[in-house]
Amino acid sequence: MTQISKTKIKPALLVLNDGSVFEGEAIGAGSSEISEPVISKGEVVFHTGLSGYQEIITDPSYAGQIITFTTPHIGNYGTTNLDNEASKVFARGVIVRELARRRSNWRSDDSLDSFLKQNNLAGIAGIDTRRLTRLLRDSGSMPGAFGTASQEELAKVAKSEKGTAGKDLVAQVTTTKSYIYGSGKFTVVAYDFGIKTTMLKCLAEFATVHVVPASTTAEQVTALSPNGIFLSNGPGDPEMVYDAPATIRELLGTGVPLFGICLGHQLLALALGGKTYKLPFGHHGANHPVRNIATKSVEITSQNHNFCVDADSLATKADVTHINLNDNTNEGLRVRGANAFSVQYHPEAGPGPHDSRYLFSQFVEMMDRK
Amino acid sequence: MPRREDIKSILVLGSGPIVIGQACEFDYSGTQACRVLRQEGYRVILANSNPATIMTDPDFADRTYIEPLTPEFIEKIIEREKPDAVLPTLGGQTALNLAMTLFERGKVGVPGTPELIGANALAINTAEDRGKFKEAMIEIGLSVPRSGIAHTAEQADEILKEIKLPVIIRPAYILGGKGTGIANTLEEFNTVVANGLAASPISEILIETSIVGWKEYELEVMRDKNDNCVVICSIENIDAMGVHTGDSMTVAPAMTLSDIEYQKMRNAAFACIRRVGVETGGSNVQFAVNPINGDQVVIEMNPRVSRSSALASKATGFPIAKIAAKLAVGYTLDEISNDITKMTPASFEPTIDYVVTKIPRWAFEKFPGTSGVLGTQMQSVGEAMAIGRTFTESLQKALRSLEIGRLGLNCDPGEEIFNDSSDAQLLDKIAIPTPDRIFEIGECLRRKISIEEIAKFCKFDTWFLDQMLSIIEEREYLESQSLEELSVSDWKRVKRLGFSDTQLGYLFKRTEHDVRATRLKRGVRPTYKAVDTCSAEFAAQTPYHYSTYEDESELHSSTKQSVIILGSGPNRIGQGIEFDYCCVHASFALRDAGFQTIMLNCNPETVSTDYDTSDKLYFEPLTYEDVMNVIEAEQLISGSNPRIIVGLGGQTPLKLATQLPKELIAGTTSESIDIAEDREKWSALCVSLNILQPPGGTARDVEQAVEIANKIGYPVLVRPSYVLGGRAMQIVHDETHLRKAMQEMSTAGSLGREGGLSAQRPVLIDRFLEDATEVDVDAIRDSTGEVLIGGVMEHVEQAGVHSGDSACTIPPVSLSNAMVLEIEDTVKKISEALKVVGLINVQFAIADKTVYVIEANPRASRTVPFVAKATGVPLAKVASRVMLGSTLEQLRSEGLLKKPVSGSHVSVKEAVLPFNRFADVDTALGPEMRSTGEVMGIDDSFARAFAKSQFAAGTTLPESGLVFVSLNDRDKLGGVDVVKGLTSLGLKIVATVGTADFLKSHGCEVSRVVGKFSERKSGSNTGDDAVKLIESGDIALVINTPRGYGTRNDGEAIRKAANTCRVSVVTTLSAATAAVQGMIEQRNRPFTVMSLQEFHAR
Repeated sequence: MTQISKTKIKPALLVLNDGSVFEGEAIGAGSSEISEPVISKGEVVFHTGLSGYQEIITDPSYAGQIITFTTPHIGNYGTTNLDNEASKVFARGVIVRELARRRSNWRSDDSLDSFLKQNNLAGIAGIDTRRLTRLLRDSGSMPGAFGTASQEELAKVAKSEKGTAGKDLVAQVTTTKSYIYGSGKFTVVAYDFGIKTTMLKCLAEFATVHVVPASTTAEQVTALSPNGIFLSNGPGDPEMVYDAPATIRELLGTGVPLFGICLGHQLLALALGGKTYKLPFGHHGANHPVRNIATKSVEITSQNHNFCVDADSLATKADVTHINLNDNTNEGLRVRGANAFSVQYHPEAGPGPHDSRYLFSQFVEMMDRK
Repeated sequence: MPRREDIKSILVLGSGPIVIGQACEFDYSGTQACRVLRQEGYRVILANSNPATIMTDPDFADRTYIEPLTPEFIEKIIEREKPDAVLPTLGGQTALNLAMTLFERGKVGVPGTPELIGANALAINTAEDRGKFKEAMIEIGLSVPRSGIAHTAEQADEILKEIKLPVIIRPAYILGGKGTGIANTLEEFNTVVANGLAASPISEILIETSIVGWKEYELEVMRDKNDNCVVICSIENIDAMGVHTGDSMTVAPAMTLSDIEYQKMRNAAFACIRRVGVETGGSNVQFAVNPINGDQVVIEMNPRVSRSSALASKATGFPIAKIAAKLAVGYTLDEISNDITKMTPASFEPTIDYVVTKIPRWAFEKFPGTSGVLGTQMQSVGEAMAIGRTFTESLQKALRSLEIGRLGLNCDPGEEIFNDSSDAQLLDKIAIPTPDRIFEIGECLRRKISIEEIAKFCKFDTWFLDQMLSIIEEREYLESQSLEELSVSDWKRVKRLGFSDTQLGYLFKRTEHDVRATRLKRGVRPTYKAVDTCSAEFAAQTPYHYSTYEDESELHSSTKQSVIILGSGPNRIGQGIEFDYCCVHASFALRDAGFQTIMLNCNPETVSTDYDTSDKLYFEPLTYEDVMNVIEAEQLISGSNPRIIVGLGGQTPLKLATQLPKELIAGTTSESIDIAEDREKWSALCVSLNILQPPGGTARDVEQAVEIANKIGYPVLVRPSYVLGGRAMQIVHDETHLRKAMQEMSTAGSLGREGGLSAQRPVLIDRFLEDATEVDVDAIRDSTGEVLIGGVMEHVEQAGVHSGDSACTIPPVSLSNAMVLEIEDTVKKISEALKVVGLINVQFAIADKTVYVIEANPRASRTVPFVAKATGVPLAKVASRVMLGSTLEQLRSEGLLKKPVSGSHVSVKEAVLPFNRFADVDTALGPEMRSTGEVMGIDDSFARAFAKSQFAAGTTLPESGLVFVSLNDRDKLGGVDVVKGLTSLGLKIVATVGTADFLKSHGCEVSRVVGKFSERKSGSNTGDDAVKLIESGDIALVINTPRGYGTRNDGEAIRKAANTCRVSVVTTLSAATAAVQGMIEQRNRPFTVMSLQEFHAR
């Protein structure tokens, strides 16, 4: 198992777009003694969940982002192929306070450090992640660069790095070819905007899932005669996923039940003519309270998004079904006069609480009624 | 929908005296509940027998009943107050059991009686009845260990046929795991079954497949009436299954669970709370996880707030008890705001960006005969918690917070005891859980024994062991360096691993002062982060801080004058909740007076470490380094000097006083404290004031001690200096025993390990005054010289029984007015001579009408809260104001200082001893304090107040049956009246030949004469003896006064048998006399109840 002794420590720096500097040490890809100086760059965000680092790192929604873990000890229970949310890592880097030297869990088959190296993902450890989080909270998510290069070089890169707004990151993460996942009673077409494996697992409990690329047209979908259509999560700015809103609008017309999560939720809103906007530092965590307006009950939810639906912009087109109790932002909608609903948060969890898995049953009921 | 309008008044049940398994965490939860319910506009009626609590302060409820927590007394309170509801979930197992009994009697929870809120009887029953709980869990598809329920030994044998050894045995309706045990062999099985059946009030035990060695977890769950459930905190035990969670080192949050496993556990916890039917409030669900394959089983659930929920509240900043109280009156989680962020609701799950470690503290040294081995029955008396950014940092901080003479994970003089152990011996040791195991494991790691090998023996998760190894590896690195050469990054790394300056001092053979100076020269200072429930996602409004070595500090300044109040650290025998009461009262009073109050403490059970008790809270160890760091941080942030209060937290802060900047210390100076502590200076002062002391001297070795004793004459009282609670204090009657006592204090004895005997720590030898009456006085002197006598307390037990273990009464019952005046005058003289500014406690012994001063302590004493409750004068509040410069005259005109109420009632304080936890311990009282808590009885006469105090302490005063009487020669004559009183009440007397003959010759009726137990052992008596009668359940009460040395065997066996068989034992004649008076009163006139507010208004 991995041992990092003092002598092997490779000092590294994190520099933010605003010039803030954090001292740490290199971990993961490029951290071995012989590695050339490396620079990782991207939009720096923070995740406040206590567990599930592997699922987070492999979540395609983090494409273009550097993930800060507020939980100080990361890597304690190692990694296992069972917990990957995608076969490839799209995140740009990880920032931790303390990387475990030793993993301990019956499920694990590798250490996080080795996992990072295998996935060619660099990280930085020893960072005052609380200072970083407070800064991002107050100034908003911002671009940054880290690595073993000099401070000047890192600062230059951080300065020139743009955020995730205005970029079509979905194109980078969506599947190039359609494929089938699981086998179940229903046929569901799932748009892969960056779909997580846990979502597929949840859908496969009742459906044969045809996973299709983001660019798939409405005709291609209807040709599969689906019982339901699923819009997945995905990275970045929904307004950059050019064709999707139009396609979704078309699909809504077919009357096939439709369920969207996260980016899928935002795209559905755009399809209805609604607007989205960027939150200052997003929601990334596993403890966000969401009210289900119909039942008045509170769900503790898993969240990972920087953009948000402007509920007022939906006006007559949809009803708000869920709201975030921390900041009253929109968390869910149901389209008026159509079999379509979506949520901003992650009912599939992976990682996070399972309080909202009932939404998948709701999707099943919708398909049953049809 | 907000609060319930159909309820107007609520009876809150407290948890009674501090006992093992139920400590001040319930004062914390009860205080929160009372505050919040009153804020909500309810009429709060509180019942609690413990005067040392903050919740029983008359300001916290509309009606405060300091009455015995027995069904009879609670019924009287209900009759008198007619509350609409009873809240039983915040007073621990005591309150829950009480509620169940009242329910069974049809007094609560049934139509026409007060409603049970928080948890109803059915839910309590489902959670607490082990059989029902297991059934319920299986019903909802959760795994539980294979088990069976037995009510008799025969049933237990039947179950054993189904389940293989090893098994774990748990009695139903018990607290702190009392009577629980593991059996590996048939012999052990029979013993543990018998103990378990005896411990359960309903004689019911659960026999369960042993899962010793599995990983143990707890989830703190809350639920509201809309069925919203949240997990407040996950806790992972470092000690594997097999050690009671109250005796385990624990960490929050869980460290070694993947999200998949954690969510499975979370779902199970919600299913559990829903099935059990806890409608609102907090519960604690315990799980075991098989480290090999991840199998999860549910162990138990507490349908109430618990010690763990107090820990979880302190660990996360989420006030579980406060929220639970609000949920009980109808709020839902989303209607309550998160106090810490102010902008987000309480319907969320706290997430934390630091690590919390809790380590218990034990008191085995006070109970000779105990094995010191930890098991499924809780034995610890307190705990320390520490917060660090990493596990290593919090572990080492927690270890030094314990104040057991260890500086961290070894790297201290304490580790030298391992020098004589081989590797194999150490590995054998770590297979057995003891308080020292963590240090032994540290030593194994230092010896490069592999983590896998160590884990095989101690069953710690290898992740924790590797973390500990990183500390040990750093130590090796440090040993290759010199102090001056350490770079800033070295310093930062070392400090981030939690090393203290003192550990570095040990490693580099330098003083702590050198280390500190070198560190500060390098500019390495701690940063202070905030506990905010949300890992910095939202801005925290509540200044609850911990130190760590990072980039950024989050402290805010205040324009007010700051006062740092040093708390009392982990509870221990001799230093507990009383001092927390004083610190909290000081904080309240000083905040009201316009100061910025800053609390520094490391005890998670307390009210003082609640984030809204003070303006600022530092959760830090009470060591010189950590305290100085806070002082300097406060100086830096506010640019001015804080004042420091060292006189309210017991010995802990007092010991630091001499090292802290003198000019900052508020109140009595450290010089004055030193005069009172230093035997020679103190004696000189007494001589100059013409105050009598028992003859004595100071010994630095055995020969000096013998010389002094020969000069002053035996018996002598031997006591080490600078110890607490009469630690190792003894009365010796001859030279042989004196030499033995001195041996105990040298390096070989248990006290030796705490520092031993030296010129700096001499032993005091005093003539012991036999049959003397002891008197305690608490007083306050202000800077103008005015002295306020808080209370004069007469002890029930004669001198020789530690003041903390004896009952006492306000006002005194046998002292003449002239004597009281003489005592008061002496207190004034001493206070003046010591230039006390604040509290002082003076102890007296009165022998043959002569008043001797035993000692004076210019600080808060254990009795301050009792005196305050008895007299209505808020002594701690007044003292804290006086320490910061106010005069008594000013406080009088302000209205804070009122005239004491007196004359119309008598208050008796009684000690509560933990003997039921330690079966093999002699219950005779002595000069070493062993009580864990106290209760108070108030009524219109001494006898009635004393009787109430006995009921409250759990002593039964029987109305009929057999009383076994065995008296030492000194007590025989005085015993005649006791026996006559008992027979007049219709009780029958049993005695041994000697006592019986004496009693008969003095006109007493003795129904039965039995032989001596020692004669049974020697075979010369085949008839009945006291032990046999006690064991057969024929004895209702035992009066046994010990003889000192010699024929102690019989008495000891009798007391032990009574302890095991739960027969009340009275071990002093004075207590027996008072008890009989109380029994007569009980017969004459039924007891009534009255609130403190009414007593104080009379």
